[in-house]
Amino acid sequence: MKVMVISADHAVAYAAKLARTEVVPSFPITPQTLIVEQLAEFINDGELDADFIPADSEHSVMSMAVGASAGGVRVFTATSSQGLALMHEMLYAVPQSRLPIVMANVNRSLGAASGIWVEYNDSMAERDSGWLQVYVEDNQEALDATLMAFRLAEDRRVLLPVMVCLDGFILSHTVERVDLPEQEEVDRFLPKFVPYNMLDPSDPKLMNPIVPPEYAMEMRYQLDRAVEHSREVIAEVDELFAREFGRSYGGLIDTYRLEDAEYAMLTLGTATGLARQVVDELRSEGKKAGLIKLRFMRPFPFKELCAACRDLKALGVFDRSASFNGGGPVYTEVAAALCNVPTTVTGHVAGIGGRDITPEHMRDMYDIVEKASRGEKVRSVTWHGLRGDME
Amino acid sequence: MSEMRTIKDMPVNDMFVSGHGACAGCGMAVAVKNIMRILGADTTVYVPASCLVVISAMYPTSNFRTPYLFTAFENTGAVTTGIRAAQRRRGLSSTVVGLAGDGGTFDIGLQALSGAAERNEDILYVCLDNEGYMNTGIQRSGATPFGAWTTTTPVGTKVEGKREFKKDIMAIIAAHDPPYAASLSIAHFNDFIKKVEKAKAKKGFRFLHVMTPCVPGWRSDPSMTVEIARMAVETGMWTLYEIEDGEARTTYKPQTMLPVTDYLKLQGRFRHMENGDVAKLQEWLCAKWYLHYGNDMEQPVCATFEKMKRVRHPHEEQLHFI
Repeated sequence: MKVMVISADHAVAYAAKLARTEVVPSFPITPQTLIVEQLAEFINDGELDADFIPADSEHSVMSMAVGASAGGVRVFTATSSQGLALMHEMLYAVPQSRLPIVMANVNRSLGAASGIWVEYNDSMAERDSGWLQVYVEDNQEALDATLMAFRLAEDRRVLLPVMVCLDGFILSHTVERVDLPEQEEVDRFLPKFVPYNMLDPSDPKLMNPIVPPEYAMEMRYQLDRAVEHSREVIAEVDELFAREFGRSYGGLIDTYRLEDAEYAMLTLGTATGLARQVVDELRSEGKKAGLIKLRFMRPFPFKELCAACRDLKALGVFDRSASFNGGGPVYTEVAAALCNVPTTVTGHVAGIGGRDITPEHMRDMYDIVEKASRGEKVRSVTWHGLRGDME
Repeated sequence: MSEMRTIKDMPVNDMFVSGHGACAGCGMAVAVKNIMRILGADTTVYVPASCLVVISAMYPTSNFRTPYLFTAFENTGAVTTGIRAAQRRRGLSSTVVGLAGDGGTFDIGLQALSGAAERNEDILYVCLDNEGYMNTGIQRSGATPFGAWTTTTPVGTKVEGKREFKKDIMAIIAAHDPPYAASLSIAHFNDFIKKVEKAKAKKGFRFLHVMTPCVPGWRSDPSMTVEIARMAVETGMWTLYEIEDGEARTTYKPQTMLPVTDYLKLQGRFRHMENGDVAKLQEWLCAKWYLHYGNDMEQPVCATFEKMKRVRHPHEEQLHFI
């Protein structure tokens, strides 16, 4: 193991290198570009034996990724925001073709009211594409989740693409201490890629033809089942990873000081670190606050959340994107998951367009949830940190 | 590799087999069947959204005996790039071919095509040009000729048919300086065979542009498909040439240019065209003719038009001709 001080973008690039990625189609977009720049350096310096394909657009990137993955090699790429939106059409071809492509999406807001700063509305818009989605908290998790993504995607029970989502700038361009695994350790954890289906003239196969109504529904159902099967594989991969590298992330969700908590927040991405700090403050004041960290948005942890919230009186749900329908996508999904649990669920939208989320904002969220836990009437959804009088 | 020279030398082992759903008299089916015969079994096929995907790959059947992939409309240049990269890494030398329509090439797929050509990807790109979006029901594309009726260039009381001339896709490809590019006609079969053979043997980015008459889209007699393709060449509506490592060469030159009306009258899509539009198209054709074949021999059909000697683009002087 080697200790490095690197950004999350570079951590992801190191993970793709350690995974012995074979084809890297790429197109630049802030704040993702550091990833493909670093991979281009690895390849040109002979540290990684892979084909770097400079594409003409993100649509072409995902098209090349499909072609290369169907051609039978391990493929990695990365994008952000508008780039992910341009890929939208091609994203859908990947899960249904059962191609285990791994992609980092460095979260950035999707225009108009354009900006280059973090917001989850880019990847949240793709949550029903059939890609598995994991959101990470820090640079170490960015590296570890990318390594685990390959193992998960390529498992024969899964065979689905995985999107590793990380906060633009807050992680992508911020350096932290990262433990870099040794190549031999990674090789033990992630065996050589063996394609399940591939385009090979010695064994001709028809891939992704036109599918009439007589067959399409069964194919979609099989895809749905594959996403379902990924739940147990995610848990297994987390255990395997812990055995090899000594770090564990809890699978679909992780919890913090939740055991005897009466109320809690559910967060994803970098806001989780801030929430941990606020939970510690509240605990020191004698309040019974806890935290649930949402790691996977797909598959969504319905059962795990119900179990975790069993003894909670109220749960606040943090969203870094809005559905423009009263709340955010995480809030509506958590509310749906907990509809048979007596926990009160509130929505908390913050950090939109890259706005800083301060400890005060997080404290406000917890205060609202605490009131809800005492049975007080609170707003179902609150936007935190709005400037001026926005009522 | 034995060099094929005539139709008698054609392999008879079909890689695109019968039972497909193409219309009677489909020029595209003729082109694909013969291209696939020449490319052979060691080929990997990508087809974007087009008539071809619908007639040849409806689950659970396929007319291709080679590996086959379809995903979307605009990405032939990109998907084939990915397939080739993977097969190269796996030590496979299979020909990776993209079989795209004119909409998927001239219009929506132009960016990915340009990217693949610019990177000189080791792929064969075939444009099967039926001059419109025929699969979606005969809409205008950048390849549709001037004056033609389509459902999006209807013959109205104010505007009659398409008002723009056909895009010169070969000039765009030539500007990328590829190892090989050629235009093909299903009416000139020996020439067709030689060009597919040559494209198969070369490395790097190769482009074949085939005119594929479309019975329902062109409003033509199914028995006249090859004749229409032949008349396109005789009138200058289609020109047969190849560009090899930067050198352009005419592969067939008609003796005398026939009037464009000989071509138009075979197709219902031009039936409405009146004298003014016919003359406009003839004038454009004369300019194209002199550009391709030189102006040392005056064509009687063009006598009423001012001779066009101008060079529209530096590449044209270099590549379009002799």
